[in-house]
Amino acid sequence: MTAESAEKSFLDDLVRSRLLVETGVPGVYGRGAVFEDILARFDALVSATVANDGAEKLHFPPILARKSFEKSGYLKSFPHLAGSVFAFQGKDAEHQQLLQKLEAGEDWTAFLKATDVVLTPAGCYPVYPSMRGTLPEGGKLIDLWAYCFRHEPSDDPARMQMFRMRELIRLADLESVKAWRQTWIERGLALLEDIGLPAYVAPANDPFFGRGGRMLAAAQREQELKFEIVVPICSADRPTAIMSFNYHQDHFASTFGIQTADGSTAHTACLGFGMERIVLALLKTHGLRPAEWPSSVRDKLWPSA
Amino acid sequence: MKDKIREILRQHGRLSKDVDTLPDDGDLYEAGMTSHASVNVMLALEGQFDIEFPDRMLKRSVFQSIASISAAIEELTSGGG
Repeated sequence: MTAESAEKSFLDDLVRSRLLVETGVPGVYGRGAVFEDILARFDALVSATVANDGAEKLHFPPILARKSFEKSGYLKSFPHLAGSVFAFQGKDAEHQQLLQKLEAGEDWTAFLKATDVVLTPAGCYPVYPSMRGTLPEGGKLIDLWAYCFRHEPSDDPARMQMFRMRELIRLADLESVKAWRQTWIERGLALLEDIGLPAYVAPANDPFFGRGGRMLAAAQREQELKFEIVVPICSADRPTAIMSFNYHQDHFASTFGIQTADGSTAHTACLGFGMERIVLALLKTHGLRPAEWPSSVRDKLWPSA
Repeated sequence: MKDKIREILRQHGRLSKDVDTLPDDGDLYEAGMTSHASVNVMLALEGQFDIEFPDRMLKRSVFQSIASISAAIEELTSGGG
């Protein structure tokens, strides 16, 4: 079976079991109650793991100020994945023209104009602009989850256009940030092994756009800025990343003016759990019926049951 | 050729040092060139020298110094042209 047909067949199984509900758009699904329960239980397991880490919990809506987005450099690296919010801002005359186009089955979207917001591409993006200024002694740790958008329609259930990321973001001096990321690679691996996933660490690069992107990807790998924890879902040759660890050097801190307590430019790193992907990896590894999963896994996810 | 490379670095390299004081083998990344700036340098070099860097050359070490850039361009423009 090719990877593509394996993905399609897994998707069909998920839809038949009402774990996912199709919407007519590839990569956009409703989630059934069983799917959501697994996701919530894994989320709770992460919360228990980080309970004593001293993180500040935050939550943002799944949109980002367009100005912050422009400043972040996202369009230099990932123009092909971005989603920007446009809205109708015309008067009656334009409204009539829009409706005529709509009725004729023609393109009506030319009547829309950019708004002040874009869809959040990664959970941590709203954090950096909000942290402008001087960090407390020892830096900061932020804990959040967010729906994230990536424009990459696909029949691979593990490549959704909108999905949840639980993220931890560390803002501090270089040494603290690098040490934090290193500790978390071990911690993340242990957490995923605890729930029976055959996960392993792999160096990685982001899907940068174009020929310039090849250079950015090579630089990211050479400098070991990104690691992923991967697990086979539909293919052993092309395993799926379910966690990622990203060291941004001082990119976001210099862009948004974030300093450590001693006044130097901060460094930042984040780690993300791909929540839907972790649920899919569990369903693929242990079967579509959680009630029949190994008790060692169930005890971790449903400790009081 | 190295003068043209220096001119491109002046325009696109966003170096924190004066490119004229940088030796041919000086490290451009240490001189402040970011990964994104190196992409702009790469594209400008392609336009200036009418070349296309093959994938194997799209990496940090090729754009590390004026000397390494010059060696890559020589390789692409010599032999068969």
